[in-house]
Amino acid sequence: MPKDSGIGASSKRREDIRFLTGDGNYTDDINIHGQAYVYFLRSDIAHGTLNSVNTDAAATMDGVVKIFTGADFEAVGSIPCGWQITDKHGEVMQEPRHPVLAHGKVRHVGEPIAAVVAETLEQARDAAEAIEVDISELPAVVSMKDAVKEGATKVHDDLTSNLCYDWGFVEENKGAVDQAFKDAAHVTTLELVNNRLVANPMEPRVAVGDFARGTGDHTLYTTSQNPHVIRLLMGAFVLGIPEHKLRVVAPDVGGGFGTKIFHYQEEAFVTFAAKACNRAVKWTSSRSEAFMSDAHGRDHVTKIQLALDKDNNFTALRTDTYANMGAYLSTFAPSVPTWLHGTLMAGNYKTPLIYVNVKAVFTNTVPVDAYRGAGRPEATYQLERLVDKTAHELGVDPIKLRRQNFITEFPYATPVAVEYDTGDYVATMDKLEEIADVAGFAARRKESEAKGKLRGFGVNCYIEACGIAPSNLVGQLGARAGLYESATVRVNATGGLVVMTGSHSHGQGHETTFAQVVAEMIGIDESMVEIVHGDTARVPMGMGTYGSRSLAVGGSAMVRATEKIIAKARKIASHLLEASETDVELKDGAFTVAGTDKSVAWGDVTLAAYVPHNYPLEDIEPGLEETAFYDPSNFTYPSGAYACEVELDPETGQVTIERFSAADDFGNIVNPMIVTGQVHGGLAQGIGQALMENCSYDSDGQLLSASYMDYAMPRASDLPFYDVDHSCQTPCTHNPLGVKGCGEAGAIGSPPAVVNAVLDAMRSGGKDVGHIDMPVSPHRVWEAMNS
Amino acid sequence: MYNFDVERPATIAQAVKALSTEEAQPMSGGQTLIPTLKARLAMPSVLVSLSGIDEMKGVRKNDDGLLCIGGGTTHTTVATEAAAHYPGLAELAARIGDPAVRNRGTLGGSIANNDPSACYPAAVLGSGATVVTNSREIAADDYFLGMFETALHEGELVTEVKFPIPQASHYEKHLQPASRFPLVAVFVAKFEEGVRVAVTGASESGVFRWTEAEEALSGSFKSDTLKDLTLDGSGMISDLHGSGAYRAHLATVMTRRAVDAISD
Repeated sequence: MPKDSGIGASSKRREDIRFLTGDGNYTDDINIHGQAYVYFLRSDIAHGTLNSVNTDAAATMDGVVKIFTGADFEAVGSIPCGWQITDKHGEVMQEPRHPVLAHGKVRHVGEPIAAVVAETLEQARDAAEAIEVDISELPAVVSMKDAVKEGATKVHDDLTSNLCYDWGFVEENKGAVDQAFKDAAHVTTLELVNNRLVANPMEPRVAVGDFARGTGDHTLYTTSQNPHVIRLLMGAFVLGIPEHKLRVVAPDVGGGFGTKIFHYQEEAFVTFAAKACNRAVKWTSSRSEAFMSDAHGRDHVTKIQLALDKDNNFTALRTDTYANMGAYLSTFAPSVPTWLHGTLMAGNYKTPLIYVNVKAVFTNTVPVDAYRGAGRPEATYQLERLVDKTAHELGVDPIKLRRQNFITEFPYATPVAVEYDTGDYVATMDKLEEIADVAGFAARRKESEAKGKLRGFGVNCYIEACGIAPSNLVGQLGARAGLYESATVRVNATGGLVVMTGSHSHGQGHETTFAQVVAEMIGIDESMVEIVHGDTARVPMGMGTYGSRSLAVGGSAMVRATEKIIAKARKIASHLLEASETDVELKDGAFTVAGTDKSVAWGDVTLAAYVPHNYPLEDIEPGLEETAFYDPSNFTYPSGAYACEVELDPETGQVTIERFSAADDFGNIVNPMIVTGQVHGGLAQGIGQALMENCSYDSDGQLLSASYMDYAMPRASDLPFYDVDHSCQTPCTHNPLGVKGCGEAGAIGSPPAVVNAVLDAMRSGGKDVGHIDMPVSPHRVWEAMNS
Repeated sequence: MYNFDVERPATIAQAVKALSTEEAQPMSGGQTLIPTLKARLAMPSVLVSLSGIDEMKGVRKNDDGLLCIGGGTTHTTVATEAAAHYPGLAELAARIGDPAVRNRGTLGGSIANNDPSACYPAAVLGSGATVVTNSREIAADDYFLGMFETALHEGELVTEVKFPIPQASHYEKHLQPASRFPLVAVFVAKFEEGVRVAVTGASESGVFRWTEAEEALSGSFKSDTLKDLTLDGSGMISDLHGSGAYRAHLATVMTRRAVDAISD
């Protein structure tokens, strides 16, 4: 019998009522009396020397409040990078200055050169057109491999080259890995591209800066996944505003997918300008601006090799990747191809020896950073494509080859520095074979062939590492932040609770699921629990939401704080019941003396905490409010097996997804409906990457896919009805809820299955091309079929 | 967008007069023009909205048996009101863009703009229709001159298009995955006196007739008769979504499929 409330219930998303009825409060809904608007004049040249920016004529135009250029920000800090990588030689990465407004040079199309603050947005745009910008164009650095050649044009003149770092992992294993390849019975090699993507959240970025001259208090309203992190990065590193004079609010946010983690120039600009202009300043990104200013995702070029012994056991893996950083280091960019990628290269397999090399490269393109999955999709894609290619080279069944090499004993220490606590890869593969109806595929292929179509089946496994932690470890790895989470639980006198969480919900449904957990712990109705997030003035501290960490880390902090609440409430209850604390149990929202009918309701206890007439004042303080910080001891490791079935039109190259099946192990689940929704969304993005989405630059650094006319987003009609199952559950062993995280799985696990299926379809049509790069567009398929 | 004045004439004559102003720009459904204005890529002094001109709207059959559709008729109206007379045309109209585009966009607006990837030019050329303007009649074969180029003079309006109704017709399109415009689409119309084949989306010169296919199909209306015919990809559009060779190939596939759809 499914539960109708609490942990395990598919409670309806309470936040959807306001989202769906137009009552949400998004950043663009925030309008401050007397606010002005900023328009950013952005570079349409990818690389050039900025000789001059003349604003004289523009400054006299109607409505102009003030015009800013790079010179106004010389005394202001660089947009900081939150992760420092140490390369294989022990050197720290090259880290260029990232100005709020371009100064000296422009380094990508879309980089802001000047900012016009005016009474209206149209006036700001009019004035921006009157700014005279003199740029001497330089050759654009676009191809990563060209960028690291001797004598290549440099994106940053003050760096030694375009190489940010050359990372080896695990460097000590390299010799043993190379030897294993020499000893191998079979080696499979694969070269591939993980295509660059634009995140495209439904809500573009918005920032409103406000300044109170009387108190000197700054406020920034922004579309962020982590307002406290923005407060720290912007306050401490860019503008020099102490945290107690800076409030950052991220109200309802319409999707992030990673690209709203990072601290952007526009946030620093509106905060700075609000003080300089002594009035609020608002920026709302247009969709066109979003394409050329939101951090992009992926963009890896990889060569990967697998060594096997004569019995088809994996003996070693090595991979060389060029990772595009773009023109500047976005907040967490350096960590994505390294610690979020290299550590995942074991996948679901007991490959004993692994070596990963990553060269991060500067180019004249928009900065690249975390996008749903961040590093883990890149790892999964190359590994699972490689395993599939290996199976076909060896003539063995791809599922059988995977099963043979699965890790089956846990905990399992990989050769890439992480320890999987739990998992059952056999169980998820069994479940997948069942829900994907593998047995019925041959008949479905026949039906397709009768229509003149080719049908293909592809499978892959994935492992991900969520809830990045613990802080002392990530500190050693170069993180410039802790990765704990905090929660404060405030119980009001009449029994209702307010949970102030450092996690941020921008579509995930925390207001529903977090309330389910607390309600279950106390035994009260979910409606008695309110979840507050997204405001540094209301939530004491937070690291925010990314990396599928909210429930595993933020939820754990909330559980710890709620446990403290319950412990104190029990003391009060035992006083009211005149019983020993150890005899008092909490059940269904009441404290009862075990084995008696003596009971006191939750609301009576909370009232006593605030009206402490009959209260143990000598032992405990009045009030009922607790805070907890939770710093996990390990990552969590969700895993699963996915299958895709495609139909391919050999005449046009058009691929349609006919079936997609996902068997996931997320550990314990709080709200199955929301988990299913998260998987659906992730699959849409993964399938989008595999079939359609592609952010493309020409050799001059011009963005070719700069709007929805050329950047193909998946639509509902491009996607099948999914078969999703998350009944395989091996709970996480080290967090109190036993949860693992589910937000990124779909995007991580689906691209290889799609490509494997397309290649299978092509093989069934007599064409074995070995590999085809994403997006697997009709044009690419047709070319491959006719090559 | 930049500031401009707006005129809303009620008759064709008033519209023509309004368009004599320097830098005046006619607007029909605005489905291309409004985004262009918002991107500040056009700066008209006066926008002359044609949406209030009733004499430019509607679908009717005239005494010569031609289907006459006003230039200001929306795609949705064509999709519904032309269905009984010319189902191939109605189906084409029903699949242009999305509901918002179909409820605003018009036949006249589409062929006056003559986007190389638009749907309507294929139907107009493929039907051998006649484009009626405020001052003359232009045969479709003389109307489409190239990418975004037509025989229209400055200030001349498409008031009506007169379509001969074929015995059978079909429009087959392969979508560009991002814009959902045709990457390549083909309109095949079978008349008693012969077959017409018009290809849109493919050529750098805009919509064109594939005369070899027309001749072959006029001899024998079977897709098999096309199997050895090819198109040259060298004059075709080559971009992110497909090479010229791919577009040339798709044109042959779409043509065969259109013929099969009619033959079935």
